[in-house]
Amino acid sequence: MSTRVEIPQRVAPAKAADTRARIRVGSIDTLRALGRFVRRKPLGAIGGVIVVALLVMAVFAERIAPYGYDETIRGARMRAPEAAHWLGTDNLSRDMWSRIVYGARVSITVGFATVGLAVLLATTIGVSSGYFGGAYDLVVQRIVDAWLSFPYLVIVLSVMAVLGPGLFNVVLSLAIIIAAVNSRVIRGATIAIAQGTYVEAARGVGCGHVRIIVRHILPNVAATIIILATIGLGTAILAESALSFLGFGVPPPYPAWGGMLSGSGRTYMFRAPWMAIWPGVAISLAVFGFNMLGDALRDVLDPRLRGR
Amino acid sequence: MLRRYLFKRLLVAIPSLLIASLIVFTLPRLIPGDVVMLMLAEKAYAKDLDELRAKLGLDRPLPVQYVEWLGRAVRGDLGESLWTKRPVLEEIGQRLPVTFELALLGLSFALLIAIPVGLISAARQDTIQDYVARSAAILGLSVPPFWLATLLIVLPAIWWGWRPVTGFVEFSQDPVGHVTQLVIPAMILGIATGAALMRLTRGMLLEVLRQDYVRTAWAKGLAEGVVVMKHGLRNAIIPVVTLLGTQLPQVIGGTVIIETVFGLPGMSRFLFDAINQRDYPVIQGVNLVVISAIVLINLTVDALYAVLDPRIRY
Repeated sequence: MSTRVEIPQRVAPAKAADTRARIRVGSIDTLRALGRFVRRKPLGAIGGVIVVALLVMAVFAERIAPYGYDETIRGARMRAPEAAHWLGTDNLSRDMWSRIVYGARVSITVGFATVGLAVLLATTIGVSSGYFGGAYDLVVQRIVDAWLSFPYLVIVLSVMAVLGPGLFNVVLSLAIIIAAVNSRVIRGATIAIAQGTYVEAARGVGCGHVRIIVRHILPNVAATIIILATIGLGTAILAESALSFLGFGVPPPYPAWGGMLSGSGRTYMFRAPWMAIWPGVAISLAVFGFNMLGDALRDVLDPRLRGR
Repeated sequence: MLRRYLFKRLLVAIPSLLIASLIVFTLPRLIPGDVVMLMLAEKAYAKDLDELRAKLGLDRPLPVQYVEWLGRAVRGDLGESLWTKRPVLEEIGQRLPVTFELALLGLSFALLIAIPVGLISAARQDTIQDYVARSAAILGLSVPPFWLATLLIVLPAIWWGWRPVTGFVEFSQDPVGHVTQLVIPAMILGIATGAALMRLTRGMLLEVLRQDYVRTAWAKGLAEGVVVMKHGLRNAIIPVVTLLGTQLPQVIGGTVIIETVFGLPGMSRFLFDAINQRDYPVIQGVNLVVISAIVLINLTVDALYAVLDPRIRY
């Protein structure tokens, strides 16, 4: 005889009106929570504002940027910052502000795609390794060990040399590295959760592995995953800029911030320092924003760190 | 006891090293484009290509190549560079000291900043000092090192007309000039690690300072310095040492950028050039030396625990 207990199914389905009311109350609650977050974590809120600004720049680049990223402006070669070009122009007479705005698109795309893929990989590896344990865990962890003993830039460069430059390849090579680091943390969290009495109880009433993982383990490691993802975004953006700087990132003429800093940015750095300064400011601000937000989220979501 | 523990750790490290060696061996071989084609360029005739391939051992099956390569590597023979024709080990030997010095100076700088700032930040939690230190640490983690390096070259040139000396000064030529030229690169290299270490020092110290024995120390009327340093820091330092070990690959990875920007003739720049030239033996050799060094240093870090914490007995 089956002894499965499925409490959620026994709850009567909510009526449509109830759902609407709940959504309204939910949005007020969300606003309140947001206000509380801003009061308690002002630095995190600043990070959040930077992140939102970056997202807006990336999504609406065509509307925000006064010129195209590859548009040459007649008679405006290497102009210092002025009213018409408030971040100056580069050696090919292109507007720096427009290029920075389009550059946000590269950073955000690489950041989110990398972290999305990394979280997927890390969760699969970390949760399965932590949950099943035994020989499987031992083998998987030795491979992760080997992967982690490499300097990340060395392995990413080698992978990029294999795959060739390009947006997708940058994402793939960075995701592998970030996934290896994150899978360790997720594995640790999974081991702790898998020993919980409620997991034991779920197993006792006959739940299968898939059900235990999906219903009990994953919701409990979600906070850890969100924190890792936010911090990972900063890491990914920084790493992408380093790769583009070394010539292994997104190929020109599309403006990646790191790429803008190498090549002509360095060649003309003494004559037109703004060419080297603004892309760096953009990278630093973006990473700073994600790090600040990630830090604040960790404090709020991880009860052990509350009040620190 | 310690020796037995280290031996056991070494045994566990071997499979990881073997897997890493397999990655090291396989990766460069997946690079599209054939080094033989690259070397002979357009002048290549089919016969020359095959001859060169046979000479380099590239015509044999991959597993055979791997076993042969590993066997030679264990005996200290990492092969010859395909471009300079000199033994890889000799080439690495020439460049290793620069990278080693740079990494060591960078780590020292990181520790020099991280421990005192982390200490003050934790002891004065939620004060203006703490906020400044924490924000500075996050900023340190956010600024790309290659940009900082560029700024440090550009800004003094614009403001004071001062440009850094180009060309590398050997220690034997001018010891002071040699160390001086490494100071700024090492500082830039150490910033991110320093920031990470500072945050951990602060976090661990805050945890320790809430322990009962620290309250007892305060109650005994001990001076703040004694409580924080002797009762606090000593107990908080172990995770910091662990992180130092795990940060090492990142510091070495960071030297790729620093050596490239500052034109230092180190091992990482050598590797970067080798990747661009598809110089398999060099890529493999440098990677193998680097990961072996990292594994060994992590073993040393493990041994250090016993010195730092008398409670740990192996």
